[in-house]
Amino acid sequence: MSTRIATRFAALKAQNRPALVAYVMAGDPDQATGQAILDMLPQAGADIIELGMPFSDPMADGVSVQRAGQRALAAGQTLRGVLAMVEDFRRKDTTTPIVLMGYYNPIYSMGVDAFLTAAVQAGVDGLIVVDLPPEEDDELCLPAMAVGINFIRLATPTTDDQRLPVVLNNTSGFVYYVSMNGVTGAAIKSRGAVGDAVARIKGHTDLPIVVGFGIKTADDAADIGRHADGIAVGSVLVDTVGNSLLDGKPTDKTVGALRDLVADLAAGVKRARA
Amino acid sequence: MDGTNSLRNGPDEAGNFGQFGGRFVAETLMPLILDLEAHYRAAKLDPEFKAELSDLSINYAGRPSPLYYAKRITEQLGGAKVWFKREELNHTGSHKINNCLGQILLAKRMGKTRVIAETGAGQHGVATATVCAKFDLPCTIFMGATDVERQMPNVLRMKMLGAEVRPVTAGAGTLKDAMNEALRDWVTNVDTTYYLIGTAAGPHPYPEMVRDFQSVIGTELKEQFHKAEGKLPDAVVACVGGGSNAIGTFHAFLDDASVAIYGAEAGGHGIDVENGHAASMTGGRPGVLHGNRTYLLQDKDGQILEGHSISAGLDYPGVGPEHSFLHDTKRVTYAPITDNEALEAFQLCTKLEGIIPALESAHGLALLMKVAKTMGKDQSIVLCLSGRGDKDVESVGKYLGLLK
Ligand SMILES: Cc1ncc(COP(=O)(O)O)c(C=O)c1O
Repeated sequence: MSTRIATRFAALKAQNRPALVAYVMAGDPDQATGQAILDMLPQAGADIIELGMPFSDPMADGVSVQRAGQRALAAGQTLRGVLAMVEDFRRKDTTTPIVLMGYYNPIYSMGVDAFLTAAVQAGVDGLIVVDLPPEEDDELCLPAMAVGINFIRLATPTTDDQRLPVVLNNTSGFVYYVSMNGVTGAAIKSRGAVGDAVARIKGHTDLPIVVGFGIKTADDAADIGRHADGIAVGSVLVDTVGNSLLDGKPTDKTVGALRDLVADLAAGVKRARA
Repeated sequence: MDGTNSLRNGPDEAGNFGQFGGRFVAETLMPLILDLEAHYRAAKLDPEFKAELSDLSINYAGRPSPLYYAKRITEQLGGAKVWFKREELNHTGSHKINNCLGQILLAKRMGKTRVIAETGAGQHGVATATVCAKFDLPCTIFMGATDVERQMPNVLRMKMLGAEVRPVTAGAGTLKDAMNEALRDWVTNVDTTYYLIGTAAGPHPYPEMVRDFQSVIGTELKEQFHKAEGKLPDAVVACVGGGSNAIGTFHAFLDDASVAIYGAEAGGHGIDVENGHAASMTGGRPGVLHGNRTYLLQDKDGQILEGHSISAGLDYPGVGPEHSFLHDTKRVTYAPITDNEALEAFQLCTKLEGIIPALESAHGLALLMKVAKTMGKDQSIVLCLSGRGDKDVESVGKYLGLLK
């Protein structure tokens, strides 16, 4: 079965450029604006969308994503609301892959079966669930695979050669390489080390490798994207949303500011191997 | 007992107590958690580790802690004989030191050069800062901003002991938020840093390891009670925050069917007040947070609630996974105690026995008072008096109107 994610990476390979994976928080700063942002991302240049599922206790996220999640929750976002956004998006766009990213408890609370049924129906392509390592594959990874949703795993600098096969086993869609030990929004310490790590992981898998955490500018995107199959950008995007607000409310600049930034980053990935 | 039906065998290899427990952490932390488990298994078998821990427990922490017959409270209640296991007499003033001594020896064995910890009441922070001073390791303590305010004496103690105290303003500024921030620090500094978790919760192997280090409470208690009365106690009671003093007290008695076991949860303003208590088992449902599956206070969408308790050490929306298991199997009876009930028990203990208990321990005492009255005079009930109340005198004084 050819998935949207596989199809997209194949197309980008033909163009000889890495994917721009754009992360936004679903329903930040509110449901309507969040939907407008989501719908705008493909035209602005995002190849794959990571849609954040807000959680009260995002233990692996820095302040930018924490605040974005708080804004979405304050505006009434729920997991069912996130799925409704995807469903709405899919009516207009049937090709751009959407990967939901977040933490396990809201999914567990909804019920894994109910969640997966709704996710398939909405048109979700993949899941990144930060607090589900391979040791807990029975929870969600295996059931997701069974219904054709990719379970995308994070590999990190602490994932050594001995552990890498454990992490890659049951991973599908792509591998998300976390560029550093740290939370989202921190700075990459060594770009050289990231390149080496991508090469190391490529020795273990044919899956595309997306590098995320700490990528902030078009130059970062071009630089890191030279060796990776994709780069993921999140904190600067959600900060752009946050900075565009007035008294917590969206302004006429909110969607446009994000569109400009995504377009700039898209130019970065386009010159990565030019 | 051949052990097959024992309640004392948990967790299994994956860290599960029945359906509770597990290792729900980010990949960055997984290798470290596996490494910690390997070191812990090795240390457990190492006579040198055992000897060093035993020596520190006796000569540094002051173990064994006494078992004390509380005569005036017994008379006042008119039921079972009331006893206190005096963990508040330990060095640093609570049971927390038992766990810190064990884990700091592990941190050393693993070659870690920095220690972090979360704290609610500040007792675990103080115990951590203490062992870090003794073993010459820098430490950072994460503490909710609300707790920094209500447990100021402990903040000062930590600072004097050389710890950096980082107030956490996220959320309600209590223990849950401190734990989130500690986890973020850990992910960032995983190569150098040992996370010294203060309660029997978190990812495997912490719940098991902390329980083992705290089990000295119940083991001693059993022996001391036998020496005093020639039998087993009829009931034991402890307060439950994350559940370390409670599981440490209970574990030795889990297979003794004649011993009734009670855990006091923080009932705050009352169990019916939404988001007004921290009784995760009485008022929550199973979920996944901070590395384990356990009972949690959460809304219908699975977002975690802040909860409330007068006691900073019990003000946490979760509980250690072994308690969730013992709750489901009904081996232990968990009951909520309100802020006001705890304040009453605090005053009674102070006036009748001349012992100022920690507000956390006062929750246990309040539950004991309810249970003891229903028991016969020939029966005995033992409270784990987990900590002393010096840290609470200002807060309690405010509640009682003794300060303007
Ligand atoms: C004196 C005392 N008792 C009990 C607790 C609650 O922790 P646990 O449930 O892990 O024993 C604390 C925590 O701060 C404490 O300081």
